[in-house]
Amino acid sequence: MTKLLFVAPAAVYIVLFFGYPVVKNLTMSLQEYTTKTFFTGEAPWVGFANYTTVLTSSLFGPAFLNTALFTLGSIVGQFVIGLALASFFRRRFPLGGILRSLLLLPWLLPIIVSSATWRSILDQDGGILNRFLGGFGLDPVPWLTSPSVALISVIIVNIWVGIPFNVALLYGGLQEIPEELYEAGALDGATGWNAFWHITLPNLKPVISVVLVLGVVYTLKVLDIILGLTNGGPANSTQTLAVRSYQESFVNFEFGVGSAYSNILILVSLVFAVIYLRVNRRAVDE
Amino acid sequence: METKRLRVTLATLAVVPFALTACSSGGGGNASTADASTLSVIDYYNNEPEKTIIGEVLDECAAEIGVTLERQTVPGKDLIQKVLQQSSSKTLPDVLMLDNPDLQEIASTGGLSPLSDYGVSTEGFAKGILEAGTYEGEVYGLAPTVNTLGLFYNTEILEAAGLTPPTTWDELKTTAAALTTGDQYGVAFSAVATYEGSWQFLPFLWTNGGDETDLNSPEAAEALQLQTDLVNSGSASKSVVNWSQSDVKDQFAAGKAAMMVNGPWQIPALNETPDVKWGTVQIPINKAGQTPVAPLGGEVWTVPVTGNDAKQAKAAELIECITSDDVQLSLAEQRFTIPTKPALAEEFVSRVPTMEAFTEQVANARSRTGKLGTDWPQAATEIYTAIQLSLTGQASPKDAFTQAAEG
Repeated sequence: MTKLLFVAPAAVYIVLFFGYPVVKNLTMSLQEYTTKTFFTGEAPWVGFANYTTVLTSSLFGPAFLNTALFTLGSIVGQFVIGLALASFFRRRFPLGGILRSLLLLPWLLPIIVSSATWRSILDQDGGILNRFLGGFGLDPVPWLTSPSVALISVIIVNIWVGIPFNVALLYGGLQEIPEELYEAGALDGATGWNAFWHITLPNLKPVISVVLVLGVVYTLKVLDIILGLTNGGPANSTQTLAVRSYQESFVNFEFGVGSAYSNILILVSLVFAVIYLRVNRRAVDE
Repeated sequence: METKRLRVTLATLAVVPFALTACSSGGGGNASTADASTLSVIDYYNNEPEKTIIGEVLDECAAEIGVTLERQTVPGKDLIQKVLQQSSSKTLPDVLMLDNPDLQEIASTGGLSPLSDYGVSTEGFAKGILEAGTYEGEVYGLAPTVNTLGLFYNTEILEAAGLTPPTTWDELKTTAAALTTGDQYGVAFSAVATYEGSWQFLPFLWTNGGDETDLNSPEAAEALQLQTDLVNSGSASKSVVNWSQSDVKDQFAAGKAAMMVNGPWQIPALNETPDVKWGTVQIPINKAGQTPVAPLGGEVWTVPVTGNDAKQAKAAELIECITSDDVQLSLAEQRFTIPTKPALAEEFVSRVPTMEAFTEQVANARSRTGKLGTDWPQAATEIYTAIQLSLTGQASPKDAFTQAAEG
């Protein structure tokens, strides 16, 4: 019985702050939940009508595709650049520590600040980035004003935001790899790229799986960066499932439809969470 | 023994959620006592100078009717969420300010009381703003002052080019083209993917005889064609699809736009950059004989249903006071807005001559929810979607509205 008591605080915490919202979100998506509901307390059950609304909406397909592209693009960019930087900082050199802590800056800045700053950097007419490119004789790029470029722009900004997270975790993982392995490898002729492929990556695997899965789950639900940069525009080119969920709930006050969107998002996240658990279990079994 | 202890613990823990939900945020006023000496007020004037200006008026009126106020200001974007949260926890304020297009939505939930219950007179108020405050034939909210949209122009730039402010769409196009040089655009407006973009489109739609009830009309396509032409010809920046109205004001104040579509609430900010000299005219018309029709902006004050009749009656008295003639004039003068009673227009313009164009514009202005009521947000979404499709070259103006309606 005492054992249970030790579990109780955590269990209560999870039920209150995790279980309740999830269940509420599920029931909400099966109800007609609008502004009226808040006054009258009435939310008629409508079965899967909200899901039908979501799946038949002309924005669902593009939003789903954009979510996939945004997530894939962000993760690949963050991870590759993060790993490169982490490997770079493994070497000891003057000011390395200071530079590494400066790298954490994007993580510490409030998103509202960084997205406003990026908006002015990416401005088509007077933005610093286009001025810089103009110095090389390039035409101004419509970063946030062209539907074909805007998604790439928000991915670039999200990569910038995500790099510190990747560097911090991967750098920690790299520190764990014993130096002896590299010495032994060097005797067998494994240096440079060879050492990286055959010593660093295999030993980093558990950390990499954590970084990737957490990264995917974080990126799937990114909202503030997109709202700050484009608000889902231009011409709906940066609509994602998270943006749809927010707009349906807090702009159109269709809370049922909004929660249906977020449940679909949760479902997608769950798939990755299951993969993560699988991978980890295998690591433990080994 | 241990099981008993566990039960006690669990019972204690089971109470926690109720304790948590009971901690609703302040500002409640539904105590069933007959004491109506304090009223709680919520509004979204959370920035200076408006916060103080409105605060002083509220305090004066409160003193006049013998109550004290507990006022809370929240950021504009959070207001409706706050109202919804308070209505579910039954802690609505005694006096609630709402942005006028939200009134019908909130009134339809049954959370507001009709002002006629308290004998508040709606005599002499402009028709447009009464429409915005009306739901199913009952007036729920009154505004002391309103705002609208007009065309600001940089007097120095126009004079240097020997041009006068445009009065027709053709003149708007030629003037804007003539004033586009280097990093200065001829005209700026907001075509952002929010209700702000829709609001800025309405003057052109309505002036041209178009209507939010039929967006597939040629009038609507012509209005969108105008914006599209301005962007495609380079007279307006391609960035308009990403500009809010305050971004537009920043461009104008920085001398990067010779003209802009904007409202008088930007005047205090423009006055902070005295080297930019500006004037205002009404929205240009498309064809001879048309009248410039712009949308009405501004906030209405309402009496939420709190269940405390004495307080609700006092709240209605407060609203009567803040919409009285003297207060309307003083608020309009301080905030660069327009009194809601047309009878006060002449007096107001004589006091603040720079507001003449906007005051004329208000005489014919319409509310966004006058025709569609609670269906307006849907139309607003279609409008800004169509604007975005057309301005980014994804669809022709005519097809843009058809495509937007499918969304």
